[in-house]
Amino acid sequence: MIEISVKLKRQDFELDVSLALSQRVTAIFGPSGAGKSTLLSVIAGIIKPDQGRVVINGNAVFDSEKKINIPIHQRKIGLVFQDGRLFPHLNVEHNLTYPLKFTPEDAQQFKLKEIINLLEIDTLLNRRTHQLSGGEKQRVALGRALLSSPRLLMLDEPMASLDEALKSQILPYLKKIADEINIPMIYISHAKEEIMQITDNVIYINAGKIVRIN
Amino acid sequence: MLKLFSFTPAEITILLLSLKVAVFCVVLIIVPAISVAWLLARKSFFGKSLLDSIIHLPLVLPPVVPGYLLLLLLGNQGLIGKFLNIHFGFSLAFTWMGAVVASAVMAFPLMVRSIRLAISQVDRRLELAAQSLGARPISVFFSITLPLSMPGIITGLILAFSRSMGEFGATITFVGNIESETRTLPLAIYTLTQTPDGDLAALRLVIISMALALGALMISDRLERKASAQIGHIHD
Repeated sequence: MIEISVKLKRQDFELDVSLALSQRVTAIFGPSGAGKSTLLSVIAGIIKPDQGRVVINGNAVFDSEKKINIPIHQRKIGLVFQDGRLFPHLNVEHNLTYPLKFTPEDAQQFKLKEIINLLEIDTLLNRRTHQLSGGEKQRVALGRALLSSPRLLMLDEPMASLDEALKSQILPYLKKIADEINIPMIYISHAKEEIMQITDNVIYINAGKIVRIN
Repeated sequence: MLKLFSFTPAEITILLLSLKVAVFCVVLIIVPAISVAWLLARKSFFGKSLLDSIIHLPLVLPPVVPGYLLLLLLGNQGLIGKFLNIHFGFSLAFTWMGAVVASAVMAFPLMVRSIRLAISQVDRRLELAAQSLGARPISVFFSITLPLSMPGIITGLILAFSRSMGEFGATITFVGNIESETRTLPLAIYTLTQTPDGDLAALRLVIISMALALGALMISDRLERKASAQIGHIHD
């Protein structure tokens, strides 16, 4: 259960959102510039809202009244971005194991082996990140985010920079994660047909406000 | 003929002293240079442009000026030097350690510049990704920022090393030109050019100097390519 109620005012933009996400998978849909990524940044702790609260499974990660603002590295929110953001100086295996250093072993939700099998990336382990295709990069980024044992997984346009052929390389895995893995997930996209394949639970956002909840 | 290609004991002394000064210089400034470079690349604070200017001063001043200022500050009668001398019996003036300090002051801006540039080119979104995976800011620095800045750090190291090997003005002003103590390669060349019949000996040192500089550049290029490949950049 995720509760978000935040206000953020910038010169040319205002975000004013109140949400309670009870479904495990939620898609946030809207045109570019609608405030989707800003909302994600607020939840992740990258941007500090002017006021409000963000509560994940009963724990406030941000609360302007109680002066709570947990730093990004303690929020335990797995992020997957459009551009993958794999570390170029590490090979695939070391990218995957990077978050394990920061999670005590008894708190790790997944074993490296499980994630490698789930995403079918065992043949990529020794590759450098610049040798991967767009779809492979995103699979590794997904695996890396899962291995950080997140309480919430947020995907920001994970397929936006892929062409149709590459999309089909990642979509089955996204579905697999949405269906099989027991972590709340927020999926951000401006492509409706993409969202329909992941979930029916959609929140429409435009100009920083919620327009409709399905 | 063979004699022409083997070093004389005096040349070996000069060469070893120069290498010692340059190595200690680089070791002395590497950590401060990385810290200052990071501050300048990533933080905004009051007095930043002043700090930036002060660090760069040795690049634009005649080297004898920093040398003279060092003498005023760290000489045996200097503000700090007197204190060190009386309380710790420690003196930098006219010692090889003084030569290290003089070349450190001159090499510092070069090292800061190239590391700063490298750090400012590290994609901050990668640092953010690392944080979201649970890395504290200090871990992010050591596991992401520093390795991705490695080509610039190597360039900075080689630049500083070469600057130290070639340092003349600040050194001769601060620590003089004492044989086996502060007479590094450039000082020895200068001394020989002032000595009757010193031309051939000077020329030998000039050739050594050029060979060292060329070697440093080639090693630097190799290391930089390797480091760039390590972080996924492809050289032409």
